[in-house]
Amino acid sequence: MSALARRIGAIPLLGSIGTGRATAGQIALALGILIFLVLFLVWPVATVIWVAFTEKGTGTFTLVNFYDFARTDLFARAFWNSFYVSAMAVVIASAFALPLAYITSRFAFRGAAIIQILGFLPLIMPPFVGAVALQLFFGRNGSVNLLLDDWFGFKVPFMDGLNGVVFVQSIHYFPFILINLSAALRNIDRSMEEAAQNLGSSGFRLFRRIVFPLALPGYVAGASLVFVKVFDDLATPLLLNVKDMLAPQAYLRVTSIGITDPMGYVISVVLIVTSVAAMWASSLATRNIDYATVQRGGGGLVRRRLKPWETAVAYAVITFILLLVLAPHFGLLLLSFATIWSFSPLPDAYTTAHYIRVFGESSLYIKNTLIYASLAGLIDIVVGTSIAYLVLRTKLPGRISLDTIATAALAIPGIVLGIGYLRAYYGVQLWDGTPLASLWIIIVLALAIRRLPYALRACHAALQQISVSLEEAAENLGATKIRTVRRIVIPLMTGGLAAGFVTSFATAAVELSATLMLVQSNADAPLSYGLYVFMQSPAGRGAGAALGVIAVVIVAASTVLSQLLVERDRRSKARHS
Amino acid sequence: MADPVLKSDIQLKAVDLRIDDVSASYGDHRVLNHINLDVRPGEFFALLGPSGCGKTTLLRTIAGFAQAEAGRIVVGGNDISRLPPWKRDVGMVFQSYALWPHLTVARNVAFGLEERRLPRADIARRVRTALDFVGLGQLGDRRPSELSGGQQQRVALARTIAIEPKILLLDEPLSNLDAKLRIQVRRELRSLQQRLGLTTILVTHDQEEANTICDRVAVMSAGEVQQVGTPAELYEAPANLFVAQFLGTANVLEGSVVSTGSGRVFESSGGLRFPVAAEAQVPDGARMVFRPQDTSIVTSDTPGAGVISGKIVYREFLGSTLRYGIQAGNTDLYVDAPFKTGVRPLTPGDPVSVSIAETSVKWLPA
Repeated sequence: MSALARRIGAIPLLGSIGTGRATAGQIALALGILIFLVLFLVWPVATVIWVAFTEKGTGTFTLVNFYDFARTDLFARAFWNSFYVSAMAVVIASAFALPLAYITSRFAFRGAAIIQILGFLPLIMPPFVGAVALQLFFGRNGSVNLLLDDWFGFKVPFMDGLNGVVFVQSIHYFPFILINLSAALRNIDRSMEEAAQNLGSSGFRLFRRIVFPLALPGYVAGASLVFVKVFDDLATPLLLNVKDMLAPQAYLRVTSIGITDPMGYVISVVLIVTSVAAMWASSLATRNIDYATVQRGGGGLVRRRLKPWETAVAYAVITFILLLVLAPHFGLLLLSFATIWSFSPLPDAYTTAHYIRVFGESSLYIKNTLIYASLAGLIDIVVGTSIAYLVLRTKLPGRISLDTIATAALAIPGIVLGIGYLRAYYGVQLWDGTPLASLWIIIVLALAIRRLPYALRACHAALQQISVSLEEAAENLGATKIRTVRRIVIPLMTGGLAAGFVTSFATAAVELSATLMLVQSNADAPLSYGLYVFMQSPAGRGAGAALGVIAVVIVAASTVLSQLLVERDRRSKARHS
Repeated sequence: MADPVLKSDIQLKAVDLRIDDVSASYGDHRVLNHINLDVRPGEFFALLGPSGCGKTTLLRTIAGFAQAEAGRIVVGGNDISRLPPWKRDVGMVFQSYALWPHLTVARNVAFGLEERRLPRADIARRVRTALDFVGLGQLGDRRPSELSGGQQQRVALARTIAIEPKILLLDEPLSNLDAKLRIQVRRELRSLQQRLGLTTILVTHDQEEANTICDRVAVMSAGEVQQVGTPAELYEAPANLFVAQFLGTANVLEGSVVSTGSGRVFESSGGLRFPVAAEAQVPDGARMVFRPQDTSIVTSDTPGAGVISGKIVYREFLGSTLRYGIQAGNTDLYVDAPFKTGVRPLTPGDPVSVSIAETSVKWLPA
């Protein structure tokens, strides 16, 4: 599993400080969480796997579905396309991330602040939102190609077919590589490099033999994350009208042929297996080697000053990447204010009509999003805190399994979860005959499960920071366990929990893979779904862009807020200790 | 003179090292101020001083990791001060050992030889010899993380001697080891150095470490060399107040010398009087310096020449000795007395007289 999951294995040692025997309350809590996880994660996923391996109608075990999958040209092509797109996205994202990481970690450079902004700017815009905007700039008849055609008489197929998916995904996901690689480079102690110099190594040989291998685990972690995210993504290819990839095929089979068609399930299994394999490969590459070598007072690699021409090159590289990264943001903003923007480098005229329309007739999308994402965030921190508490503060048998199950959601693509919910709960009917799977709360649960692994880590970290002696002091003064949690633990965790909530909220607000499967009526649709619907028609693009801008603002504001919360929490803790 | 383990595989030569008027700065801050040192061939030489005194910077300047803005570093007659680190052949054992975690022990040791493009067979032989020399011949396939701290240090040493360095630099080699291991390792280090016969520079802030394993010591403070000498010389004849107080504990009285009918007398600013030996050279504005162990507690209540009266303020049990803090007027003194089983020690509040051996007093300028 991932490095995350492996770290969990070490927790019982740390957590052994808890109190003796499990109380009834703890057991009830653990059972409650277990039921939640089984109902909304294990059961739907198990259903998907079961359907993929059984014969339609009879329910007997069979591999014939997989045989059909491999034999069908469309699916074989979809598989290779998905693989190609993911691998290429890793390559292009690396091409963006490597120079940036190298510049920041090796040189004393004023532009480093810009690089830090570059490190999160793309992440605040969901890739499928950026896709539309990028098409306006880089599409066959986008601004860049129109100008190229005017000036030089040729066009570059940036956005044609699979190229477009690769392009959009690499711009969106390269920060994952940048962040991981920069951290790995930062963690290399200066003495590692100096020892090599002392023994006669220098220049590129030193980089190849010492610096690169030491940074490799960080790179692999980032690259495998990018691979998995791109492989699983449904919304970006759909918006770019690329249908012969795995996730879109799964979606199309289930929505057009029906939830009884086994192919959607087979594809789901392929998606899960690929995710797990990529994470496993990544953990294999980083196994046994904690390469963080920084010593106390050591400091990272030596940074040297850039020569003037090197500074010029560095700024040129950064400006180029910055322009690419900002292109979707600008494009979206322009589109949201444009009357008509087609076959011209810039819009013909500007208007606020799209925003009026969005806030008027489509405000339902925004309201739904706020409700769904808040509820999902809330569920996540409640479940996350409970699991973290059971793991760190009790000796309840099986508590680690709860953590492992919740973390396993990392390997489940959104579309798989969506299909699983449909299959598992469509047959379950309420008293008035409505299927359970068509209720909006199901969307909330899917969002919560998807974000749970991240929220769980945040809660875990928040609780780990609180010394057990603070709780023991409360118990010593007569507070029961429950009252101690309420009066001491929760208040001390607030900052970390708020940050975890905001992160869950922000990412849930722009989720589309699971949502696309689960939205049954327009009235229940969140913003990301509305955006998708708008973008289907040329007339809706302006309004879609306006919704996209709102989505970006929500995510950006949440990101800033969560940073502030973490920072404030850290500072207040530092003051007290 | 080749070591039986090293045989002819690794050939080391003892050369001299000359630091010639070296200065260095970080921005406006002078970290090395006109340093001059001569280290003899094969000598085990220590740079000793508190943190921030410039000793590590000097070591890094020798290795080429810090730049001197003036001066020369001459190794065996060759000026190396303009060479980049990788051309200097100056072996350094880092404080953190700096073993690369992605390479095995043997690959770590082979690294410098590979950089020198040696034939594969030579590399293999030298790696084996270097590891045998430090007693880790069996652990070549291990990862550094699978070794203990002491073993890691020996790998770092093997990695360094494999390249046949001209001199050996050791940066705080014992600081990452626990107290018990430290004593054992410092003996090993001394014996390994003797077998290697390499000119070796050790940086440390621990005087005991420098005293026990080094032939000579340079005491550094504020970017300058305060004094160079054998450990005993430095202890016995400190050149200045810094050296006196940095090496061991010293009582320091400030005051001046006045001539009386019966000879010269030192009058401390605290009002204590002490006769000055006729042959003693006392500079103007003198400081009287003496060590706690050069005093003795006299029980008889006979105030005389060289006897100071006061009372005990505190007592520390140091094992074989007892250290008393004594207040005489408004002067505080340290006085050591041997701890003898069965003899009742003095207790705080007891009145006491202290005599100071005239010959053990050192006079320093103010």
